[in-house]
Amino acid sequence: MIEETNNILLKVDGLVKHFPITRGIFRRQVGTVKAVDGISFEIKGRENLGLVGESGCGKSTAARVILQLLKATSGKVYFKEQEITSISSEDLRKRRPQMQMIFQDPQDSLNPRMTVGSIISEPMFEHQRLKVKQRRERVEQLLNSVGLDPYVTNRYPHEFSGGQRQRIGIARALALSPDFIICDEPIAALDVSIQAQVINLLEDLQEEYGLTYLFISHDLSMIRHISDRVAVMYLGRIVELASSQELYSNPLHPYTKALLSAVPVHDPVLEKKRKRTILVGDVPSPASPPSGCHFSTRCPIAEARCFKVSPEWRQVSPDRRVACHLV
Amino acid sequence: MVHAVNGISFELKKGELLGVVGESGAGKSVTMMSLLKLLPIPPAEIVSGKATFEGHDLLKLDLEKLRKIRGGKIGFIFQDPMTSLNPVLTIGYQLTEPMREHLGLSRKNARIRAIELLDLVGIPMAKSCMNDFPHQFSGGMRQRVMIAIALACDPQILIADEPTTALDVTIQAQILEIVKRLREELGMAIIWITHDLGVVAGMADRVAVMYGGYIVEEAPVNELYAKPKHPYTQDLLKTLPNLEGKRAERLESIKGQPPSLYQVPRSCPFAPRCNRVLERCKHENPVLTSRNNNHKVACWWNPDSGLDT
Repeated sequence: MIEETNNILLKVDGLVKHFPITRGIFRRQVGTVKAVDGISFEIKGRENLGLVGESGCGKSTAARVILQLLKATSGKVYFKEQEITSISSEDLRKRRPQMQMIFQDPQDSLNPRMTVGSIISEPMFEHQRLKVKQRRERVEQLLNSVGLDPYVTNRYPHEFSGGQRQRIGIARALALSPDFIICDEPIAALDVSIQAQVINLLEDLQEEYGLTYLFISHDLSMIRHISDRVAVMYLGRIVELASSQELYSNPLHPYTKALLSAVPVHDPVLEKKRKRTILVGDVPSPASPPSGCHFSTRCPIAEARCFKVSPEWRQVSPDRRVACHLV
Repeated sequence: MVHAVNGISFELKKGELLGVVGESGAGKSVTMMSLLKLLPIPPAEIVSGKATFEGHDLLKLDLEKLRKIRGGKIGFIFQDPMTSLNPVLTIGYQLTEPMREHLGLSRKNARIRAIELLDLVGIPMAKSCMNDFPHQFSGGMRQRVMIAIALACDPQILIADEPTTALDVTIQAQILEIVKRLREELGMAIIWITHDLGVVAGMADRVAVMYGGYIVEEAPVNELYAKPKHPYTQDLLKTLPNLEGKRAERLESIKGQPPSLYQVPRSCPFAPRCNRVLERCKHENPVLTSRNNNHKVACWWNPDSGLDT
């Protein structure tokens, strides 16, 4: 157990990110979008934490705030036991190589005017002093490890298919030998038959380089496959966090239950037997979230207190947390 | 030249739900759009084929007659409700227009029916929504409006092109529930195009799997998922992770890329990625043939013997 506690790579403590809504020529603030509204979790080294939720629930904002690409409104992020939310930009810059990100759309996240070789070697220019030859060798090695022919270094992104482009994005993320990678919907833009290829690649790389992933996705079955633990997010807050096995076999939070029951299963016999919890209405706007529990407006079992009091982020069993009054 | 769809044949019975699955570029949408000549001609060209609806060939009808069928007897739901609704017209106008055009309803009667339709697809306070514009609705609500428009003239066929792909799972579940209910109430036939094998499993009576511009397999839904016969369908079902039961150590994947459609197809489109490929597959394109109980496959490989059929 002692080893376990020392092994925490990333700790997020009460992280909040609000965006102001402004109006008029004086940019008077008329409201706030509460994109991330107080989330806390930890990721152990070499672990794979899945983060699921519907669009607009704050998954990607959370990722960007954790990597300090956006400044947090409040709350703290610790990476390797050092706080990175308030350190100087120079100190932060030294730490950046250890934290990387793989983006959703490989079409938009690769510069169309740069060759594959320069895309992958750009981070090395910024952070390392390598000789031309060393750099070339490193690029070839990276291309090899993501399953691309080293011969492609002089080609441009448009010459590749979606799956191959995502491999280029992965090679770029690996360029500085990071410890921690946030994968922000890395397979959402890919075809079904290509998704499995990319997932297998990510798993192989984790094995090979001892990586830690925060894996963001809305695909619940893929998250189940790849994650050790899963956090479910709803309207800026994490509502449940448990091991993948427990969460899928015995979901506790009513939102997790509804979400799991809504996923169609690729088996017609099973699919016709499943009981569905259909949630009414849409996700409320994060600019005016409901008071009390954020899920109260759509919750099938909400009580009077759910509309008034925010549920506590409680530990219900070792390694399992839920934010609900009724669990 | 892109050979988007290459000689495919299928039929749709009254009240049936046919699921059409395939990856992007498989030719799903082009097939359905060409039925109603919704593709820009030129550059698109329908080289040959027939599409019989109630005894008429849709591809030979003149534009005037075709217009009566589009949106009237055959309704269409498109993938992205954001781009398929007109942003400068009210929901009410867009809903009543087809009814006044096809059914000859008066403005007042069309409005009454439009409110009923919005109620039917589960839009709260339908009456006050009539004067709203599309941007005032969320994605799920917009897709409901699209369904209401498609249903406006009591179509006999509803063609739904990836209607839930742009939506979240909980909203998708709402829409699927509405379509199931409407199908029972109104009894229309539906062609449901999707890339999600899970959605089709729960909705369809029969499923056609498309790959590289061909239907490679077609069978009743239970048969297809239990005993897929085409290597593509078999492999595709294996690549999907499960939501329940045992977690696979490693996902199986299909090697390679979907085919380019620029060449004239002379071999089986799946041959370069197929791990059961035979010599014959590289020279001769298999045609969709019936094996048993309505199970049709386009493949030279025999899944029982492992040899050439």
